[in-house]
Amino acid sequence: MNEYNFAYLDEQTKRMIRRAILKGLAVPGYQVPFASREMPMPYGWGTGGVQVSAAILTPEDRFKVIDQGADDTTNAVSIRKFFEKTAGIATTEKTARASVIQTRHRIPEARLREDQIIVYQVPIPEPLRFLEPRETETRKMHSLEEYGMMHVKLYEDISQHGAISTAYAYPVKVSGRYVMDPSPIPKFDNPKLEMDAIQLFGAGREQRIYAVPPHTRIVSLDFEDYTFEATKAEHSCDLCGAGDSYLDEVIMDDAGNRMFVCSDTDYCRSRRSAGHVGRLGEESAA
Amino acid sequence: MYVAVKGGEKAIENAHAWMAEERRGSPDVEELSLPQIREQLGLAVNRVMAEGSMYDPDLAALAIKQARGDLIEAIFLIRAYRTTLPRFGCSCPVNTADMACDRRISATFKDAPGGQVLGPTFDYTHRLLDFKLAADGDVPLAPEGVPRQEATPHIMQFLKGEDLIQDEPETDAAPGDLTREPMEFPTTRPLRLQSLTRGDEGFVLGMAYSTQRGYARNHAFVGELRIGTVAVEMDIPELGFSIEIGDIELTECETVNQFKGSKTEPPQFTRGYGLVFGQSERKAIAMALVDRALRWKELGEDDQGAPAQDEEFVLSHSDNIQATGFLEHIKLPHYVDFQSELELIRKLRREAQDLAKSKGAAE
Repeated sequence: MNEYNFAYLDEQTKRMIRRAILKGLAVPGYQVPFASREMPMPYGWGTGGVQVSAAILTPEDRFKVIDQGADDTTNAVSIRKFFEKTAGIATTEKTARASVIQTRHRIPEARLREDQIIVYQVPIPEPLRFLEPRETETRKMHSLEEYGMMHVKLYEDISQHGAISTAYAYPVKVSGRYVMDPSPIPKFDNPKLEMDAIQLFGAGREQRIYAVPPHTRIVSLDFEDYTFEATKAEHSCDLCGAGDSYLDEVIMDDAGNRMFVCSDTDYCRSRRSAGHVGRLGEESAA
Repeated sequence: MYVAVKGGEKAIENAHAWMAEERRGSPDVEELSLPQIREQLGLAVNRVMAEGSMYDPDLAALAIKQARGDLIEAIFLIRAYRTTLPRFGCSCPVNTADMACDRRISATFKDAPGGQVLGPTFDYTHRLLDFKLAADGDVPLAPEGVPRQEATPHIMQFLKGEDLIQDEPETDAAPGDLTREPMEFPTTRPLRLQSLTRGDEGFVLGMAYSTQRGYARNHAFVGELRIGTVAVEMDIPELGFSIEIGDIELTECETVNQFKGSKTEPPQFTRGYGLVFGQSERKAIAMALVDRALRWKELGEDDQGAPAQDEEFVLSHSDNIQATGFLEHIKLPHYVDFQSELELIRKLRREAQDLAKSKGAAE
């Protein structure tokens, strides 16, 4: 293989991306256009997150990649291998030990610290996109802080379905200014967006980077009489017994029997090794 | 008993090994060489170079081989490789009037200086499967003429003399580079053309065809279509003059379009422009038609609400690498989001059923 620069991207490109990241941190929730590069993985498969990670990683970092909360899903494996190969950095599956965590669709259950950075892969960065397909229009709406359309959408949900029918990628307001798409995390994760770590969002195909600095106020959009509710399956984890984690539903047999397990594999594993046991946990521990 | 899904890494390795075996096909059949692809599948090579935005027939041939003939996959390989290359600067504009033409035709004049030169074309072939080719690919050499020594003038310049065709403003401004700056709308014509020349051939063709069928119709004549080789020159600051760094094959198409005039412009002919790497004439003609349709604002024409007039729509969806990546990403696991939808639907159904029950009880 040819020798690539550390973490694949050349230093000029990294500098361009770092500038976009700094601008994003200075204007929380604002989508900064950046000249996204064509990466050796397809658009839509994490190229934005990969470029952000490539721009911030240093040789001393310890890197964790999750997809759907798990370290061993195929695309997480592929991205982790990419950085092992091009940056030669240490990797980990333990949330607490990672200095940079790249994620798709989840925020880890364990509270992140000030010395950690979480990088989100973002498919469609524009929270208003499905209300208004034109970028020229949505940029105007953001600059005028014209978010009435979004509230009308949520109101229509309630009047038609009796509840806000957005279950993931639930829009938030950042620091009282920009409405932001938190990427397609389940709304269960929204309260965790107020955290101690730096949050960076990369959308490669759409050429946007945005960011949330630590301790930023994040409000999930709602109404006084229909308040935001972080929901999950009404079960506990069948392996570790956790009642506070987001759960995957697994179909076990042809009769349609189900079990519920933590989507955050590291959280589940560390609870089990600390001796917690769920409904079906003992057998699998053997 | 449930066992958490593990072993993604092993599965990926095995899948890739199997794919490599499939790519090779039966070992009883001789392996395809890169020169064979480059020489005998030249139009595929051209498409990969054009949409990959990199002029290198050997690497394009390699990409086609590696991609098992999936041209979009091959274009993707070229694009990903291209990003790793340093950018030294930009060339001087190529002078297509100096092109050594293999093919040059005009649909607007019966004859013109430089003549009508059919060149190596499928046009006027009868599309009958040639079973002889299946048995034996040897062909007799084509008869040779005397190559034209002097430059072949552009057809457009003959219309220019009479002021019948709209003038293009000349500029020395350095054009933008859509691979270095994010595209913002509304954009400029140079960036539009950059985007169209690397756009998916099928998409650009479909857009162009829609204008011919009346969605923002601007009846186009092929003023000129030329295919041939041009020299690429670059200014070298240390030398203080430009030097030739190589030759490339290009297809250029200029269309002449009807125009009855608008509030701002007198009646005259207008133009659309297409320029594509290699012999890619379907793409070059389609590009010219779409370019012309996108110029409605500049010419003071009406917005007919046609897809091909909509710059943001056309340019945001013409790149097949972006499109295929995003389309195919829905194969990736989405079970976390699906789970949250599942919970929501169950909740809404429960509430609807409770409501129906309480209504039934009241009656």
